[in-house]
Amino acid sequence: MNNDSPARDDSGRALSWTPSQRELERQASRKAIGRKKALIATLSSVIVIGSLIRLIITSPGWQSVKDTFFDWSYGGEVLGAVAKGLVVNIRLTIIAAILIGIFAMILALLRTSRSAALTPFRLMATAYVDIFRGVPLLLVILLIGFGVPALRIEGLTNSVLILGTTAVVLTYSAYVAEVIRSGILSIHPSQRAAARSLGLSSSQTMRHVVLPQALKRVVPPLLNDLVALLKDTGLVSILGVTDAVRAAQIASSRTFNYTPYVTAAILFLLITIPLTRYTDRVLAKSIKRQNAQGAA
Amino acid sequence: MNVLEVKNLRKSFEDNIVLNDLSLTVPDHTATVLIGASGSGKSTLLRCINLLDTIDDGSIYLDGKEISDPEINVDEVRKGLGMVFQSFNLFPHMSVLDNITLSPIRVHKVSKAQARDEAMTLLRRFDLADKADQYPDRLSGGQQQRVAIIRSIAVKPRLLLLDEVTSALDPVLVNEVLSIVRDLKADGMAMVLATHEMGFATQVADEVCFLKDGNIIERGPASQVISAPQEAETKDFLRRVHEAGRL
Repeated sequence: MNNDSPARDDSGRALSWTPSQRELERQASRKAIGRKKALIATLSSVIVIGSLIRLIITSPGWQSVKDTFFDWSYGGEVLGAVAKGLVVNIRLTIIAAILIGIFAMILALLRTSRSAALTPFRLMATAYVDIFRGVPLLLVILLIGFGVPALRIEGLTNSVLILGTTAVVLTYSAYVAEVIRSGILSIHPSQRAAARSLGLSSSQTMRHVVLPQALKRVVPPLLNDLVALLKDTGLVSILGVTDAVRAAQIASSRTFNYTPYVTAAILFLLITIPLTRYTDRVLAKSIKRQNAQGAA
Repeated sequence: MNVLEVKNLRKSFEDNIVLNDLSLTVPDHTATVLIGASGSGKSTLLRCINLLDTIDDGSIYLDGKEISDPEINVDEVRKGLGMVFQSFNLFPHMSVLDNITLSPIRVHKVSKAQARDEAMTLLRRFDLADKADQYPDRLSGGQQQRVAIIRSIAVKPRLLLLDEVTSALDPVLVNEVLSIVRDLKADGMAMVLATHEMGFATQVADEVCFLKDGNIIERGPASQVISAPQEAETKDFLRRVHEAGRL
C-alpha cells in the first residue's frame, strides 16, 4: 500500500495540508477540555486521598502504629536479612514455575485428549485438578510438609524447602493446567478441521496448529499466575523455610516491632508491581493483536 | 474410473435431516458443481466426504475403496483429499510458506527443501511468490483464499473439495480465486465444489447438481441445469439467484 513518494496518494493528491481554521478551533477546544479534566482529576484525588491519610494520622492509635510498623531505622537494620530471605522466594518461584509449566502442560493435554488408551489418565487428571483447585494452598503445604516426613519412607527428603516447593507446584499445576486447557479450547474448531483435512493426525494438529496458538493466548493470564506464585511462596515460611516472610517474623519477634513485615511487603512490591505492569502491557498488546486479526 | 462415489448418503443433525438418500459420482479429471440455497446440504456433503462429519447411512468410495468404513484410517484417507473452506482457515501463527509446507513435511514426509521448492513453484505460478514469508493476517481475503487453495493442492490430492470458496470475498477478489480453480480444472484436477457463482459454475462444471432439502433434484451439464432447467424447483432457485444479481 505504501507509495514511494510519501506526500501523494494513489490518485496524485497531496497528503500534507495546512489545517483549516475550524480544525484549529477544534484542537484548541480539545486542549481546553483536557485541561479541565486534569484539574478535576487532581482535585478529586487530593480530596479523597488526603482525607484517607488524615483519617489514619489523626486516629488515636496512630502514634503507636507508627512506632511499631514504620520504624525506618529498624527497617533498614533488618533489610539485609529480609532481602536474603526474598532471594529464597525468588529461587523457589523460578524452580516451581519450571516444574509447574511441565506438569500443567501434561495435565492440560491429558484433559483435552480424546484417545481411548489415555482414558484412565484423563480421569486421573480431572480428579487431580478438582482436588488441588479446591484445597487451600496453606493446607496442602501443611499436609505435605508435616505428612510426608511422618511417613518415614527411606530416601525421601525431609527438607522443608523441597516439601514446601512440592506443595506449591502441586497446587499451582492444577490452576495453570486449567488456564492452558481454556486456551486450547479457545482455538476455533475450524483450525482443527483445516489441519485434519490436510491429513495431520490429532496429535500433530495439537502440536503444530492448536498448541502454538493456545499458548500465545494464555501468556497474559499465566504471567498473572506467576505474580501470585511469587507471593504464595511466602506461605512455605510456615514450615520454617527462612524466606522473606520468615526472616521478617524472626526479626520482629526479637524486638516486638513489626517494621520487618512492612519491609518484606515493600520488597515483594518492588518485584510484583513491575511484573504486574509488564503483564498488563502484554495483555493490552495481545488484545490489540486479536482485534486486528478479527477485523482482517 | 470414478474418483468418488457417494451412495445413498444420509446425515441428520438431531431432528434436522441434512442429506436424504443422496448419490453422486465423480469421474476422474472432472468437476462436479453443487448449487442450491444455503442449508440445502452442500457443505455437509463435502464435510462428510472429507470424514469431518460421520454419516448416518449409505457409503462413500474414494478410488473404489470404501472410506465410510469405521475401521479406516482417516488420516490416510485425508492424504488423498484436499479441502478448502469458505473462511480460508489458514493457520495465523505460520507464514504463508509454512502453511503450505506443513502437511507435505509432517504428513507426506517430503524433505523440507523439496517441500519449499514445490511450494514456491506453486506460489510463483499463482503470483504469490512475494507473499511467501508474510503472515496470513497481512494478506487480502482473495490472497488468503488463494494460499488456502495452494495449501490444499500442495499434497497432490486425488480429489479437491471446495466449499463456497468465494462466499467471504468481495466481487473483485472473487475473480482471482476463481481463476486458480479454472487453472486447476485445466490441469485435470478432479473436484467437487459448492458455489453460488453461477457464471463460474457454467465455465468449470462437467456436471452441475442442484441440491434441495438434502437431495439432488436435478443434475446434468451446465448448459442444461443452469441454462435450461427442467425442474420447477431449479427454475425457482435460479430465478431468485438471478434477482440477487448473481447470474
